[in-house]
Amino acid sequence: MITPMIKLENAELHYKVGNAMSAMMGLPSTVKAVDGVTFSLNRGESVGLLGESGCGKTSLGRILVKLEKVTSGSARFDGDEIGQLKGENLRRFRARSQMIFQNPFDAVNPRYSIRKTLEEPLSNARIVRSEWNERVIASLELVGLGDPKQYLERFPHQLSGGQLQRVVMARALILEPDFVVADEPVSMLDVSVRAGVLNVFRDVRDRLGLTAIYISHDLALVRYVCERTIVMYLGRIMEDGPTEDIVHEPLHPYSQALVAAVPTPRTDQSHDPLPIGAGAPDPRNPPSGCVFRDRCPQAADRCAAEVPLPRPIGSRLVACHLAER
Amino acid sequence: MTEPLLSIRDLSIAYEVGALDVFAVSHATFDVPKGAIVGLVGESGCGKTTMARALTRIISDNARIAGGEMHFDGQDLVALSEPKMNALRWRDISFIPQSAMNSLDPVYRVEYQLLEVLRGRGGLTKRDAKKRAIELFEMVGIDAGRLRDFPHQFSGGMRQRVAIALALALNPKLVVADEPVTALDVIIQRQILDQLQYLQQQLGLSVIIVTHDISVVAYTCDRTVVMYAGKVVEDCDTATLLAAPLHPYTMGLKNAFPDLKSAGSGILTPIAGSPPDLVNPPSGCRFAARCPFVTDLCRAEDPPLVKKTAGHVVACHRSDEAEVLREQAKQPGTWEAGA
Repeated sequence: MITPMIKLENAELHYKVGNAMSAMMGLPSTVKAVDGVTFSLNRGESVGLLGESGCGKTSLGRILVKLEKVTSGSARFDGDEIGQLKGENLRRFRARSQMIFQNPFDAVNPRYSIRKTLEEPLSNARIVRSEWNERVIASLELVGLGDPKQYLERFPHQLSGGQLQRVVMARALILEPDFVVADEPVSMLDVSVRAGVLNVFRDVRDRLGLTAIYISHDLALVRYVCERTIVMYLGRIMEDGPTEDIVHEPLHPYSQALVAAVPTPRTDQSHDPLPIGAGAPDPRNPPSGCVFRDRCPQAADRCAAEVPLPRPIGSRLVACHLAER
Repeated sequence: MTEPLLSIRDLSIAYEVGALDVFAVSHATFDVPKGAIVGLVGESGCGKTTMARALTRIISDNARIAGGEMHFDGQDLVALSEPKMNALRWRDISFIPQSAMNSLDPVYRVEYQLLEVLRGRGGLTKRDAKKRAIELFEMVGIDAGRLRDFPHQFSGGMRQRVAIALALALNPKLVVADEPVTALDVIIQRQILDQLQYLQQQLGLSVIIVTHDISVVAYTCDRTVVMYAGKVVEDCDTATLLAAPLHPYTMGLKNAFPDLKSAGSGILTPIAGSPPDLVNPPSGCRFAARCPFVTDLCRAEDPPLVKKTAGHVVACHRSDEAEVLREQAKQPGTWEAGA
């Protein structure tokens, strides 16, 4: 059997919150940002992590590039437990897995030239210096910055958002990783340049055969880059399946709301109120049973009593007691 | 036809940069009808925020209105004395700044911030102001019990609602919202836009929404003004603008946006290149360097804003051929040349 690239089993990530006072008042002292997530990702597969802010999608991404460590459960990369990696293994992992961050202006050192920004990972990975120049130029060409030489001595503030996000992508790709997590890479960019960055992402992923996770709250963007989508809510997976199926026939009531809310460049979009209420509940104190139930238009008694486990419906896994085709 | 609430005529705004004047807005002309939502669309640096701020005449120290007129409700805002202009702010024209959710003062309870406006600018008594504060919270769909909370106790979406409540506090005739939903989740975005639209209809307001996102104007705005490099390039009712754009820039914006309702996943086409440097703008059409349909005339001469049909104006030398150009614009190959 082939080892999946990424394998999560019942992964949990808890953050400590509050202080002595809130502990005395009996408030919970942890937030479960990721709460029992299980899925695996094969080599070359791309999956979109979809959900609102606070649903745990970014935390999950950070676990996978070892910026956070699971509190319990398991998160494996190519068979190795990510949290246990040390020494030379960790260095190799750092070269093989990369993250592209949301705001390119926050993700680079403003005092580093573009050349230095791109040389840093090469230096960290102990690549021989004689290869640097060639690889820096190749990485800029890869992300569609034609005539790379004109960018090398410039500084981040001299680039537009779209150009800088390409530099951030070049930095992530320069060590030829196997796995990339992209966290809302276009949300800070103008609509007119988003398409360019998305196209580069798609193109490079296909060319290098990358395994990729694309984090977003916008299904239209996820659909453009990923064949598979995982919908998350309050740290848990609500629905997992082929993106086209979720777009055309979302089965989980939360996915249905996300599909209805996607902005379109059309004037004939329905103005009916969304089927769900505003705002997720306090993550310190999630509802019993199904975490989505207090916003769910279909919630029944069973939803308060029993946590719905993901179950297969057709091509998908759906964590809802009531969902059916 | 009834008089529009706001008429911008030939408005120019210049920033003084060293010894130079850089025109962030040049010769802008458009109307905002009474009781309509108008979108002001364009990419970063196109002058849309400068334009919006100019309506309250609160612009940077190094900026000035270099010419033109802004007729609002029978007065020219450009010529108005400062005390008179100040009397209009918030009472007649209110402004919701970009990332309004971070514009609340973190050390004061939101009730205090509302009362400050209601009493200080509105001249209400304490008792009336408190009543109005409760009313405003109910209007934007927040439980009045939360008036005594601090801004950090609200989520981003709720803070945006508080910012809307603040803008509506004194029953203005015109609300200018700068990127009201950027940085919000799709679900919250939709709810905020629904709320704005509902209030606009209930109160008969006129609203200007400044955004770079055409889906926002598609969902909310009756009319849309497209700006490019400081100029108005197209101005039309939103449905016609999206169905039959006349300016190549508008056609390009549409191509670059993913549409979930379309059949396939389609290829998105970016508009290659970037807007011109406004310190030294090109002499011809400002979009010429990025336009796939550019001609020698476009490079030589700036196209004037002309009326093509009732209520549809455009600034393009080739707008007569728009139907043919629209078809070509749909082919991804068309836009590659400029890259």
